[in-house]
Amino acid sequence: MMPMKRDIATAVLLATLGASAASAQSLVYCSEGSPEGFDPALYTAGTTFDASSHPLYDKLVEFKTGTTEVVPGLAESWEVSDDGMTVTFKLREGVQFHSNDQFTPTRDLNADDVIFSFDRQGNSENPYNSVSGGTFEYYESMSMPDLVESIEKVDDYTVRFNLTRPEAPFIANMAMDFASILSKEYADAMMEAGTPEMLNQQPVGTGPFTFQAYQKDAVIRYLRNEDYWGDPAKVEALIFAITPDASVRYQKVQAGECHIMAYPNPADVQAMKDAEDIVVMEQEGLNVGYLAYNTNMEPFDNPNVRKALNMAIDKDAIIDVVFQGSGEVAKNPIPPTMWSYNDAVEDDEYDPEAARAMLEEEGVTDLSMKVWAMPVQRPYNPNARRMAELLQEDFAQVGVDVEIVSYEWGEYLERSKAEDRDGAVLLGWTGDNGDPDNFLAVLLGCDAVGNSNRANWCHEPFDEVIQEAKTKSTQEERTPLYEEAQVIFKEQAPWATIAHSVVFMTMRPEVEGYVVHPLGGHIFNQVGLSE
Amino acid sequence: MLNYILARILTFVPTFIGVTLISFGFIRALPGDPIVVMAGERGLTEERYAELSAQYGFDQPIWIQFWDYLTGVLRGDLGQSFVTKRPVWDEFFALFPATLELSICAMIFAVVLGLPAGVIAAVNRGKFFDRALMSTALVGYSMPIFWWALLLIIVFSGILQWTPVSGRIDLLYFFPDPTGFMLIDSLASGQSGAFLSAVRHLLLPTIVLGTIPLAVIARQTRSAMLEVLGEDYIRTARAKGLAPGRINGIHALRNALIPVITVIGLSVGTLLAGAILTETIFSWPGIGKWMVDSIFRRDYPVVQGGLLLIAVMVMLVNLTVDMLYGVINPKIRKR
Repeated sequence: MMPMKRDIATAVLLATLGASAASAQSLVYCSEGSPEGFDPALYTAGTTFDASSHPLYDKLVEFKTGTTEVVPGLAESWEVSDDGMTVTFKLREGVQFHSNDQFTPTRDLNADDVIFSFDRQGNSENPYNSVSGGTFEYYESMSMPDLVESIEKVDDYTVRFNLTRPEAPFIANMAMDFASILSKEYADAMMEAGTPEMLNQQPVGTGPFTFQAYQKDAVIRYLRNEDYWGDPAKVEALIFAITPDASVRYQKVQAGECHIMAYPNPADVQAMKDAEDIVVMEQEGLNVGYLAYNTNMEPFDNPNVRKALNMAIDKDAIIDVVFQGSGEVAKNPIPPTMWSYNDAVEDDEYDPEAARAMLEEEGVTDLSMKVWAMPVQRPYNPNARRMAELLQEDFAQVGVDVEIVSYEWGEYLERSKAEDRDGAVLLGWTGDNGDPDNFLAVLLGCDAVGNSNRANWCHEPFDEVIQEAKTKSTQEERTPLYEEAQVIFKEQAPWATIAHSVVFMTMRPEVEGYVVHPLGGHIFNQVGLSE
Repeated sequence: MLNYILARILTFVPTFIGVTLISFGFIRALPGDPIVVMAGERGLTEERYAELSAQYGFDQPIWIQFWDYLTGVLRGDLGQSFVTKRPVWDEFFALFPATLELSICAMIFAVVLGLPAGVIAAVNRGKFFDRALMSTALVGYSMPIFWWALLLIIVFSGILQWTPVSGRIDLLYFFPDPTGFMLIDSLASGQSGAFLSAVRHLLLPTIVLGTIPLAVIARQTRSAMLEVLGEDYIRTARAKGLAPGRINGIHALRNALIPVITVIGLSVGTLLAGAILTETIFSWPGIGKWMVDSIFRRDYPVVQGGLLLIAVMVMLVNLTVDMLYGVINPKIRKR
């Protein structure tokens, strides 16, 4: 009886503290959904990262908020060997992990924590490899198992990654959410207590906020980490009010129940911009929506045919109708917020007459083709069916007959990979680590044919350039190579690049210091409230 | 009566087995592979696919998968969500009290207004009140829930600012929630204003969720009453000069209640499982939204377990309704 009473007393005390914090300096964010859990390595959804890795954890290196630039995080500095095969991180000293009811750290962050954070993902012998379902999808999909040969502890504050090949994007990978650093001491303590799942449910990190409580599907509460090693958070408490409906989120912002919200209805954006006491921020998302031809199949193996079809597409109409203005025409396969974006590339001009003439020149008449439309809404394509219908009209203008097909989402993803697929596929991509390689190699490289390269396009001059860029370690060396790759891409036209979505953030005027993050996360570490 | 209840409970067994089979088969009959859906645009290698299949047991023949599931259920183990990696039980009990609280309030709202409305309409058959009431009920019955909810939010929360937009309680309040019922927990917390805040948050969702049952109950009560009011014994009661209030309230209503209670029982099932739109719009952390999200994600254990638990709830409600028949009508009790 006694302990329970004490628990309640503590809770009431906390609640009173919470209440005063809520009235004084609490930032309330109306989030769009529930996190799957709080251990970022187990999940892949942005909503989960917003609630876990951003407020609670740090990584060895971080993306500077508002950019895709990589800056020091828990590692003060790092060194890449001349052959690119080893990367050595020097850790920051004096970084403390959070405490909670069950755990108080006895030591600062050191190399063991870093090694544990990765070892549990890659090593099936690690006791945490199978905890909480044990699927580390991002670790897998960034090819970490093939890439990392071993991780060494050089001393307490130095960790060395031995790689199997030089890989320039590796540093950017270390800034991704799956690379969040967890406490080995906490993990060991929970394993000993027989509750290893606490790592995922009662998170302990080094981040600017500490975890207070989560009521499933309703509210997540965080308190400022007063011992944070970096710039402390501006507000005392951060609260996520989980609000799945976009119209309701906006009502809550208007009523003052939330300070800030993500993902407004595109149709409401204009009214929000017109409203006096509402601020709307916008930026292109780190994504691209495209139509991938199957370059294996006649007549789409002919670049001129693909180019002619691209010229038949009225992209402005698609932006108006499908994106309702919340999109921007794409000319390159990477978004404009990404470094090495080649703005000198010119988009194929919309010209149905010329397109028709070009098709005739190539001897293509009476062409009929399939266009695949995804059954789901994605950030890069809010309504694929509607987009396909617009393409159908556009292609009809140049004498090409289009049949629209669709499958259930899982089937769609599987079937669209087939190298002998009949038809062009609508799909897209949202970037993971802000590195151009994450678009160009993953979506257009020869290795990805039959998988994420839906155009089945293996073009040697292009592939050589992106492979070379991978082996260079500085951005200055890599940029001209990626710029060249974009020129080759445009000439060869394996896709029709259609749009990059525009992301909006809606907030009350008292919110200060919010920066839209090009990688898509919602980060409140340096956001304050004016009196 | 005891035999009657025992007989009812015995019929649970085949229903229960049927439900496990259907819930197991239903989600698997949908096209779409959960592993592929989980990987999304990123895709995965064949080796990784095989590894995950083995981990989730999908590499086993379907009847072995069913056997594992069924034996798990009998041991009280509903499995673990593919998405959150947490036990289905934990998830269900974290969310169910919110659904139950809202459903109970909506049902009370519907019965308290629907029963008298139906009785009054029947007694005043054909008059203005009857027509007005029944047309309103028809509108209520046909109203799209999301539209009705947003309309109420815009008027009462947006323009008039009488009620909060969504959620279960003001975020200012933070206390332990041992029961999961916000009304009870807020009272127990002893924090001033917490209970009132919980009530204010319940108002709009209760009205929205209760609207359709209210319309159904009002219409059902009216037609059942009309039927009873035409019976000989009512005419006799009138002839011997009983007060109209006594005739309508005791002799007629009690006999009209049987079909009404059936409708109420059926509505409870709908409320428990069908609150999805209300829950989504009011950010109400209940099981309706949880189930629908899980269907989209092909989260097999959650869909199977959730369906099973909801089915058991509905079966229990039906059992209660059956027992209530016995209370109201002695003929059923003695049979």
